Amino acid sequence: MRTHWNLFIAFFRVGILGFGGGPASIPLIQKEVVDHYKWMDNEEFGDILALANTLPGPIATKLPGYIGYRVGQTLGMINAVLATIVPTILLMIVLLTTLSQFREFNWVQGMTAAVVPVVGMMMAVLTWQFARKASIGLGWVKTCIFLVLFFIILQILNVHPGILIAVLLILALSLPARKRQRKNKEGEDI
Amino acid sequence: MIYIDIFIAFFIPGILGYGGGPASIPLIENEVVIRYGWMSVQEFSEILALGNSLPGPIATKMAGYIGYEVGGIPGAVVGVFATVAPSLILLIFLGGMLLKYKDSPKVKRLTLFVQPVIAILLGVMAWRFFSESYEGIGIWQTALLVGVSFLLIERFKIHPALIIAGALIYGGFLL
Repeated sequence: MRTHWNLFIAFFRVGILGFGGGPASIPLIQKEVVDHYKWMDNEEFGDILALANTLPGPIATKLPGYIGYRVGQTLGMINAVLATIVPTILLMIVLLTTLSQFREFNWVQGMTAAVVPVVGMMMAVLTWQFARKASIGLGWVKTCIFLVLFFIILQILNVHPGILIAVLLILALSLPARKRQRKNKEGEDI
Repeated sequence: MIYIDIFIAFFIPGILGYGGGPASIPLIENEVVIRYGWMSVQEFSEILALGNSLPGPIATKMAGYIGYEVGGIPGAVVGVFATVAPSLILLIFLGGMLLKYKDSPKVKRLTLFVQPVIAILLGVMAWRFFSESYEGIGIWQTALLVGVSFLLIERFKIHPALIIAGALIYGGFLL
C-alpha cells in the first residue's frame, strides 16, 4: 500500500510540474525515482531511458509505466501512468469546455484568433529542431534531399504519413548498417 | 462505432510518433483534422495552445481532451489508452530483448529515419496555422504576433505558457 502511495505521489509531482511536455519531465522523473525514492540507480535509469527512446510514443508515459511496473507490477504501472496524466487532462477538459461556453463573445474570438499564429510559430520552431536533429545524424545534403522527397510524397501524392513511416522503419532495420556510422548524440533526450 | 475511430486516430500517432510526444502532434492533427474531420484547424490550434501551456505530456493531454469532445468520458479513456498502451506494452514485454539491441546501429537509426518525416509534417502544420491566421486577422497582425512571440520565447527564453497568456490578453482586447 505504502509503495503505491509513493508511486502515486512521485508521478503526480512529475505530471503537474513537468512544464514543456514529456521531454521536460525526464529530469523530474530521475529525481523522484533515483534520488528520492531510490527505486533504481542512475545507470539503470539511463538504460531504461535509452530503451524507451528506441520505441515510439510519448516518453513521459513510457517511463512511469515501466518504472511503476518494476516497482509495483501491473497495478503499479496503471497507478504511475494515471498519476502522471490524469490531473492535466482533467484541467484541459475543464478549461476548454468553459472557454467554449463563451464562444459567442467577441473578445473570446479575439483571444483564440491571437493564439493561432503563436502556436504556428511554436510548430515552426519544432520543425527546425527536428530538421536539425536529422541533419546531425544524416548530414545536411541528405536531410535536404529527404525533406524534399518526403514533402512530395506526403503533400503532392497524398500518401498517409503512417505508410511512409512504416516503410522507413522497415528500411532502417533491413538496410545494411554502414561501417562509418557517424557518432551522433541521437537518443540522448528526445 | 465512434470508439473504434477514436482508437485508430490515436493508435497510429502512438505507434509511429518516433521522437516522443512532440513528434506525434502532427500525426494526431492528420487523423483528427484531416482524416476524420472532428475539428477545424483553428479548434485544434486552440487545444494545442492550451496543452502547451499546461504541465505534463502533450500527447496524452491531446488524446484525453479530443477523445472527450468526440466521445465523452469513454472517448477520453479510449484515446488515452490508444496513445499510451501500445508502446508501453512493447517496452514492458520486449524490454529485456530490446536492451540487447539498443546499441545496434540499426535500432539507433529508427528515430533518425523518421525525423525528416516528422519535420515535414510539423512544417506543413505550421504553414496551415499561419495561413489560417492570415485569413482570420490579416498579414500584419499575424506577422506581429509571430515575430514578437518568437523573440520572447527563443531570444529572451520566456516560458511559452506566459506567451500564450499574453497572446490571449492581446487578442481579447485588440482583435
